[in-house]
Amino acid sequence: MNDVVCFEGVSQRFGPVAALSDLDLELKAGQLSALLGPNGAGKTTAIDLMLGLSQPTSGTVRVLGADPRKPSTRSGIGAMLQDINVPAGLSVRELVGLYAALYPQPMTVGKALSLAGLTEQARQRVSGLSGGQKRRLSFALAVVGQPRLLLLDEPTAAMDVQGRAAFWQGIAELREAGCTVLLTTHMLEEVDRAADRVIVLNKGKVVADGTPNSVRERVGLSRVRFVSTLSAAQLHALPGAETLDIGQAGQASFSTRTPETLVRAALSAAPELSNLEVTRASLEDAFLSLTNDQLPAPAAAVSA
Amino acid sequence: MTTSSVPATARPAVSPLRPFLALARAEVVRLLRNRAYLIPALMLPMLFFALWGLPNASGKLSGVNAGQYMLVSYAAYSLITTAMYGFGVAVASERSSGWWRQLRIAPVSPVAVFGAKITASLVMGLLSFSALCLFAGLVGHVWLSAPLFLSVLFRLLLGMVPFALLGLALGLLVGPDAAGGVANLISLPMLFASGIFIPLEVAPDFVKTIAPYLPAYHYGQLGWSALGAVQGAEWVHWAWLAGYSAAFLLIARWAAGRAETRR
Ligand SMILES: Nc1ncnc2c1ncn2[C@@H]1O[C@H](COP(=O)(O)OP(=O)(O)O)[C@@H](O)[C@H]1O
Ligand SMILES: [Mg+2]
Repeated sequence: MNDVVCFEGVSQRFGPVAALSDLDLELKAGQLSALLGPNGAGKTTAIDLMLGLSQPTSGTVRVLGADPRKPSTRSGIGAMLQDINVPAGLSVRELVGLYAALYPQPMTVGKALSLAGLTEQARQRVSGLSGGQKRRLSFALAVVGQPRLLLLDEPTAAMDVQGRAAFWQGIAELREAGCTVLLTTHMLEEVDRAADRVIVLNKGKVVADGTPNSVRERVGLSRVRFVSTLSAAQLHALPGAETLDIGQAGQASFSTRTPETLVRAALSAAPELSNLEVTRASLEDAFLSLTNDQLPAPAAAVSA
Repeated sequence: MTTSSVPATARPAVSPLRPFLALARAEVVRLLRNRAYLIPALMLPMLFFALWGLPNASGKLSGVNAGQYMLVSYAAYSLITTAMYGFGVAVASERSSGWWRQLRIAPVSPVAVFGAKITASLVMGLLSFSALCLFAGLVGHVWLSAPLFLSVLFRLLLGMVPFALLGLALGLLVGPDAAGGVANLISLPMLFASGIFIPLEVAPDFVKTIAPYLPAYHYGQLGWSALGAVQGAEWVHWAWLAGYSAAFLLIARWAAGRAETRR
């Protein structure tokens, strides 16, 4: 098997909470996958299982063909965890050097720092780093062991624009070297640009799985925007809208599965409407639709 | 392209020596740079020795030179606090900061991680004992001969084990804000009741009664017996410390299991 990660019927319960239920998942070598889902969907739980930090209530988890709780398996995995503070008292270079010494075939500390965009801070004490720089340090720790699999839990949270650019640059270099990447994020534009695959989790279940395009298409959403004099009540009464944002000066923005019906109704209610725009919905629209519990998930969007 | 290609076969676990040395070095560096810890850890034993040891240095305690006796007492105090701090407060804060999780996902064995902590505690113990002896010699003209120094050092370093395990159990059970306070709450009364802060000869009767059940009492007895102050079998004190070590180890293991299921 060349699956880098393989979940078979994995469930994880915390008391009454089912963080993951009967999850099947496999990650192919070389892919960059994004694990998406609202807070509490089970993303961190899934990553903890891949790292061997916890054991599933039921089902099997295999990573790099073996049990992630074995040290020899972990030598092929690098990870950025959520909510990590490194111990004070060491410099960035010393800390990354320390972590490199834990792996059998690490890259040089200088290379890890340059991949993370931390070369200038190498001699700084870790306690003096900003929130975004701490995330970069965490990235340096994740890559310094030359992992074949990178698991990144909200890597770009708290990073500024430059930090995110450096991060994606680093990811591109690692992928060239054949590294498989799984990341969680709430920045869906980045995912749309970079990910080969999107896995959407909601309440511990996969609700969509495919390329960013196919997820968008299977959700079948369009975005309709126009400017009109219609009142909020009239806008809400238009048929087929899934979400509606009302902006300044009569602007309205809908997501809908049936744009023709909605536009027809809008034109007959407000013949004077202007700035009409119909576009394919963004990944964010698709994501919101997939994880909105008030709406039934579209059958076509659930992966087979 | 800056990364070399990644081999496809499962890689061997790293040999434990390199991570152990790197971790031990980092522990010592961090402790030496932590002035808020280091200065009181080195100065308080000297201060206590200067205040209570020096004025009585020429007298006798338990039949030996009182200066040497009190030097060993404050060394015992210093090493007990070093062990309980290094394992208690440090473990509690590293656990809550997530650094332990970061270490757990690396291919490093817990043996290397704990070995490094033990080594760092031994280095700190050696350092603070040497500093105290130097201070006692230079300021109070209380010297230990080289064989005596080594004999006391060996006993006190080896005897740190139960206190390190007690600290570890505490660090696993208590949060980082409470760990220091709880460690003091346990160690200070224990030090008073074991004859380490106040010689047992002048202690109240109820202290004399409970002292022989406390690990710090047996630790002190081992130190003083190197001076010839204690009659009776030494192995009894080692046995008590071994028993306490086993008990604290069991508590620490239970606490580690309990800590692992949370996050
Ligand atoms: N250690 C734990 N104890 C109790 N509940 C937990 C624990 N870890 C996660 N949960 C619960 O499991 C669910 C999934 O959490 P998590 O995987 O952290 O979500 P995400 O990372 O997608 O935001 C949440 O309802 C969370 O409260
Ligand atoms: Mg999370």
